[in-house]
Order: sequence, then C-alpha cells, then structure tokens
Amino acid sequence: MSVFDNLYKEIILEHYKSPRNRGKLDPHTVRQEGVNPSCGDELELYLLIDGDQVTDVKFEGVGCAISQASASMMTAALKGKSVAEVRELAGDFKDMIHGEPPKESLGDLQLLQGISKLHARVKCATLPWVTLEEALDEAQAA
Amino acid sequence: MTIDAAAIRSDFPILAREVNGQPLVYLDNAASSQKPRQVVEKMVEYYYHHHANVHRGAHTLAYEASELYEEARGKVARFLGASDEASVIFTRNTTEAINLVAHSWGTANLGPGDEVVITEAEHHANFLPWQQVCLQTGAKLVSVPLGEDQRLDMTAFRAALNGRTKLVAIAHMGNTLGVINPVQEIARLAHEQGALVLVDGAQAAPHLPVDVEALGVDFYTISGHKMLGPTGAGALWARPDILRGMPPFLTGGSMIRKVDLEGSTFADIPMRFEAGTPNIAEAIGLGAAVDYLQEVGMENIARHDAQLLRYALDGMRDMDGITLYGPEGEDRGGIIAFNIAGAHPHDVATVLDQEGVAIRAGHHCAQPLMRAIGAQSTARASFYLYNTEEEVDRFLAGLVKARDLFALAL
Repeated sequence: MSVFDNLYKEIILEHYKSPRNRGKLDPHTVRQEGVNPSCGDELELYLLIDGDQVTDVKFEGVGCAISQASASMMTAALKGKSVAEVRELAGDFKDMIHGEPPKESLGDLQLLQGISKLHARVKCATLPWVTLEEALDEAQAA
Repeated sequence: MTIDAAAIRSDFPILAREVNGQPLVYLDNAASSQKPRQVVEKMVEYYYHHHANVHRGAHTLAYEASELYEEARGKVARFLGASDEASVIFTRNTTEAINLVAHSWGTANLGPGDEVVITEAEHHANFLPWQQVCLQTGAKLVSVPLGEDQRLDMTAFRAALNGRTKLVAIAHMGNTLGVINPVQEIARLAHEQGALVLVDGAQAAPHLPVDVEALGVDFYTISGHKMLGPTGAGALWARPDILRGMPPFLTGGSMIRKVDLEGSTFADIPMRFEAGTPNIAEAIGLGAAVDYLQEVGMENIARHDAQLLRYALDGMRDMDGITLYGPEGEDRGGIIAFNIAGAHPHDVATVLDQEGVAIRAGHHCAQPLMRAIGAQSTARASFYLYNTEEEVDRFLAGLVKARDLFALAL
C-alpha cells in the first residue's frame, strides 16, 4: 500500500466518516466562518473559551475529506489547552503541512504529514487551522 | 477525416512528461489547453528577431512587430468568420473582453427600466460583469433557468425577452455541463425584441467551427489559452458599427487621435480599444494557434471531441456510485461533470492525480449553476484534439480506484 493510500484509508477517511466534535456549540465564545474560495469549501468553527483555556470546540461545514478530517483531528487536539498553546499548535501544524519536519508536540496530528506532499491540497488541510486563528483573534478582540 | 492523434501529440512536449511516476493524461482542457511547439516557437522567433513596440516608431523592428501583430489579428478574424479585421480587439482573455463590453457599451446604453438577460449556467465571467453593470446603471438582470434536462429552457428564455431587453449574454458552450446553446436561434429571438447578443465563446471557439456572421450575434469573446494559444491573449469580436459607437474602455497611449488639455479624440477601431502596449508576443502566438487549429480542421476537432465524449460516457454511465451531469446528445461538447458517491471532487482529483490523470474539481466558476444542479461542486474531465481513447481508459481506471476508496467512507 502506498503512503498515499495509507494516508487516505487509515486516517483521513476514518475521520471523514466519523468526524469528532461535529455540530453546533451553544453557548460559545466565538463562531468563525472559514471559506476556501477556490473550491467553495465552507467551515463553521465554534469555540468556548473560559479565561485562558479552550474548554470546548465544535465544527460544521461541507468540504473535502482532507479539510473535514483535518478539522476533526484539530478539534480533538484542542480541548483543555490554553489559548497560547493552541496558537503554538496551529503554527506547528501549518509548518508541518508546508514541509517542515513535524514537532513531537503535534501528537496524532503528525499522521497528516503526508498531505505536505499533496501540494494542491495544502489549503484544504490548513483551512480549519486558519479559521481557528481567526476565531482566536476575534475572541481576543472582543 | 479523423485526427492523427500520435502526430498531433508529438507537437506537444508537455504530453511526454510524467506526473507522480505515470505518463500524464491531461483532461483539464476546459480550464486551459496545452501548447504546441508551433505556438511557442513563433513567440520565441518574435522575441529573438522582431520585437519592438507596435504602431509607433519609424524603425524596421517597429514595422515588423506591427506587421506580425496585425497579421495575427487577421488570422483571428478569419478564424471567427469576421469579414472586417478591425472588428477584432485583442484582450487578455474572455473575462476582459466581456468586461470591455459591460463597461463601455453597458454603461453607455443601460439604465433604469432596461433588462439584461443571462442564463443560470453562465461562467462567473459572463455573470459578474452584467450583475455589476446592472447594479451601477439601475438596469435589471434577468437569469433564465435550465430545464429539467439541464439544457437552457427555451420557453423560459422566450418569456424572459421583451421590449425592455437590451442585451442577451450567453455562453456558446457551457464550461461545466458542456451544453452547446442554439446561439443562432437565440440571436434571432433577441433581435426580434431589439436586443443585442453577446456570446461567451471561451469553450466553443477551441472546439467548434465558429462563424460569427452566420450566427448573427453582435459580440463574440474568446480566450486564446484554451485554444492552444498563450495566456494573456484573448479577443473581442463585435459588429463594427456597434464598436464604432462605443466609448473607450481604457484610455491612454495608442488609442488616441488627438490629445488636448481640454479634451481628446480617439482612434478608430480596433486601436480605440487597445490602450497601452498590448500583449504583442501573445497575440502573435494566438495567431499561430489559430493556424494550427485550422490545419487540423475545426470539424475534425469537434468530431474527435465527440468520439472521446461518447467513449468516456459509455464507460461511466453504468458505473455504480457515479453521478453524471448534463444532457447527452449532439448539442454537447467534450466536457463531463460528475461526482462519486461519498467523495468530494477534490479528493477524486487527488486520487486521479496520483495516477497521472489531471482533471478539474470545484465549482468551475459557476456557483449559480452548482445550486441549480444541486451540487456543492463537481469533478470535471474535458477533452481536446490530443487526447486518446487509451487516455480515457486510464481515466476510467482511476475513477474505479477513487470510487472503491471512497466506498470505505460510505
């Protein structure tokens, strides 16, 4: 089985089929929309932030398997982390998808490293994380 | 006569390359075609031996560059069936050509109470310029829906026309469903109401014989890069009497007759609509592309596309888990929009890319159409003169692979 098949079969399709933390979150601190204008993918991200901690997160939207799996894995990785930790994780994830060696702190998210080889799909994988950073900016501005 | 695909393929160096370890199968022709040596070499020859600015200067190179540029205009005019070379304006692409008409003709001729008729299947390039000029002038934009069979609903089209209709803007061939619209009939109906007709020929001109005068339309727009030419070279053809009555679109160098502080007069067509230094090499490249297409023969290309379309549809129609969009029939170009159950089109395109097969995925710059056919987005394969049945087989094998992979997610 090729690295590509493995990435899709073992990881991406599993999350695509059974996404974690899918749905609306009420109450929430911030709701952020993310759009990939080139393909029309849409994402809605809800964050509940208590003090300095992201206590809950959910997402909804329509999109490809990569963006949906990336969103699913992202939400699973965030809960309980501080805003600063979440921002660092977002930076590390984007670095990995852009071809940097993955940091240990990424944990399970390292499984998505193979997407860095699918150059045309980098934006699909980073859409949830870019939306997350916008949501944090929004929450901090409020 | 049929097309000698092997001979044609040897003119396109890119078709010999590999992608992800597999020979490239390029089926994204509706987005942009590949280029034969003849086009690239013509541009290289121009830059190496003849380049100077056009229509100014008294030296030899300026003369040669101007001659080559105007020769290309003549070639494009003859390719489109236009008897007056001055009726061809070089633009960057179809989008710019349509914007030229919307800004120049549209702002001068549209106002409150007027109507512009488009269809639900238009590419954004033939939708947004009209939406925006209508918002600006107070004219009303009327969109004609597709019928049950995903063809233009001609009854609805007739009903949309009336004495207030000033313009009908429609694609000759749709970029997503590949439907070839009955442009001649549409022009006749529009003219009965005193409306002009603009045709988006971006998909049709590369694939069908086009004769703008026989079609009886008023504006026809093309993109060179979809018809073997370089990017940055497109054209607007318009009836010369209409063009002469239109105000300039862009102003500046080379489009003037006389400039004074108090006011200026403008050059005759085509120069009036070509302000600034144009894409000279690209226009000359487009001329070479048109030569190439005419040598192969547009009737032959249309027949070749139709054969590949039929061959591919025969392989897809009974495939489980595949949804096909668009009507089948003579009025369909070599474009197939489809979806695979459970799979997002981007993922389908990625699986095919791993097999070396290039297709398009997305909304194809036609979001109103996506809503009309009930899809968020689709995958799209599109054929051209250098594609073969063996390549279609590779495409079909890739589809089976993608379908089986995503069946795991159902």
